[in-house]
Amino acid sequence: MSQQTIEVHPMPLTTPQESRVAEMSALDGEFNFAYLDERTKRMIRRALLKAVAIPGYQVPFGSREMPLPYGWGTGGIQVTASVIGPNDVLKVIDQGSDDTVNAVNIRRFFERTTAVRTTTATLEATLIQTRHRIPETPLQEGQVLIYQVPVPEPMQRLEPREAETRMLHGLAEYGLMHVKLYEDIARYGHIATTYDYPVLVNDRYIMSPSPIPKFDNPKMHMNPALQLFGAGREKRIYAVPPYTKVESLGFEDHPFEVQRWDAACALCGAEDSFLDEIVTDDAGGRMHVCSDSHYCETRQQAQAAISSPVEAP
Amino acid sequence: MSAPLLQVRDVSKRFGDQLALHSTSFDLWPGEILAVVGESGSGKTTLLNLIAARLRSDSGSVHFDTRDQGLQDVFKMTQAEQRLLARTDWGFVHQHAADGLRMDVSAGANVGERLMGLGERHYGRLRAAATHWLQRVEIDPSRIDDAPRNFSGGMRQRLQIARNLVTKPRLVFMDEPTSGLDVSVQARLLDLLRQLTRQMQLAAVIVTHDLAVARLLSQRMMVMQKGVVVEAGLTDQVLDDPQHAYTQLLVSSVLQP
Repeated sequence: MSQQTIEVHPMPLTTPQESRVAEMSALDGEFNFAYLDERTKRMIRRALLKAVAIPGYQVPFGSREMPLPYGWGTGGIQVTASVIGPNDVLKVIDQGSDDTVNAVNIRRFFERTTAVRTTTATLEATLIQTRHRIPETPLQEGQVLIYQVPVPEPMQRLEPREAETRMLHGLAEYGLMHVKLYEDIARYGHIATTYDYPVLVNDRYIMSPSPIPKFDNPKMHMNPALQLFGAGREKRIYAVPPYTKVESLGFEDHPFEVQRWDAACALCGAEDSFLDEIVTDDAGGRMHVCSDSHYCETRQQAQAAISSPVEAP
Repeated sequence: MSAPLLQVRDVSKRFGDQLALHSTSFDLWPGEILAVVGESGSGKTTLLNLIAARLRSDSGSVHFDTRDQGLQDVFKMTQAEQRLLARTDWGFVHQHAADGLRMDVSAGANVGERLMGLGERHYGRLRAAATHWLQRVEIDPSRIDDAPRNFSGGMRQRLQIARNLVTKPRLVFMDEPTSGLDVSVQARLLDLLRQLTRQMQLAAVIVTHDLAVARLLSQRMMVMQKGVVVEAGLTDQVLDDPQHAYTQLLVSSVLQP
């Protein structure tokens, strides 16, 4: 057999940062830094660059098998693994919370394969991988928000043929998207889509914002952070660069609106955050609490500091 | 006299060794209805798909008198232009309503889809347009929120027509619009079509194997056999005094009850 010219090993590691990568890769047995091999990461980065260059456009990529099932964030993990460096600080949230199964598992996955510092504080993090929420604390320049996306194609339900939806994107024929909203109003009297609410990015591409509540849609608009979307099963990557126009669709007489609650958070009293309704007993008892656990905790601590000043020693 | 709305010149189509359509030419004038008749496999539907730019022709040209730019070669337009034309100035009524409708969204959304595609973003106006068009095709407006899946065959076909006519096209292609419907429903649909084409000054190309449909709706007709137009002329003339042997056979084959 002739000598293969394809390198099997990762790229030669030369720069100081990369030699640290080499050190780290010994962390958990046989894995390369951040689990994926360097060639895969480069392939994904190329897809990411294209995605950033064409905001909202779905770039196909060679999604890899990951050590967790589809639907658990394989796309988001691959994107995170491709952009993470040893000096990054990672935050992982699932439905806004830092301590649910998905978030804990993914955080531990990156702790084991990269040994980067992890945090729950939104502003401390340089990378935030998220499932179904955007943190309440406004993001800043330099931060990267990575979404886990189950269904990247917003028109899939109405037009199952992928060749056709790609053509519709190509020609910017988006009447179909309003058919969906029309159906909502005809059936419920208002736009009843509450999550995965379609958006128009940079006046060109219609994009699925992943199943975030529509409450979070306005946060995507002109956000200073870079927003990356990875769909592992569907093998698609797309992006919203910082300070990009993101418009939620609507009708003139039924404009886009976010959810509102009559209640305030039972723990921190916030009235401006996304609330989860939690059933507390089987007698109908329930309470509303912030879905963003870090935001809620921060507010509780601040209130505790005001109401009970530290006693003098 | 004004210019023809549609000029078809030498379109032809081959599927491998099979000649589906021999070089065919005709003109269609505004408000005129042309019937294309012939037996199954004679190339009628191929002809329709070619001139509607749904299939790529092997040769020839189709010029359409567009609203803002005059006569344009449809085959030379970009795909985006063709598709825009297809959902504004043209309509296409399929033989099976399921091909032309979205079966799982409501009748109102089916009618409104073309308008939304053209940028209509006012729910009230969309709703009003849908109600208006359902009435015009004699569907009870109270069914506006029902999915066509729950409609009868005749209602589906009428809904399909409403969906196509909502942008006030000037040319409609119809592929066997009445086949598969029972005779009383057929008669009602034909009556409706005749009314709408008169009122809206619609030009239409109707493919059918039913000579009665041709007689009732069209001013002119073309008879096709094995991919060739064997006879063309005024409908009454062709049907009352058929010249070609095949046309004679066709006319004499009609059962008289």
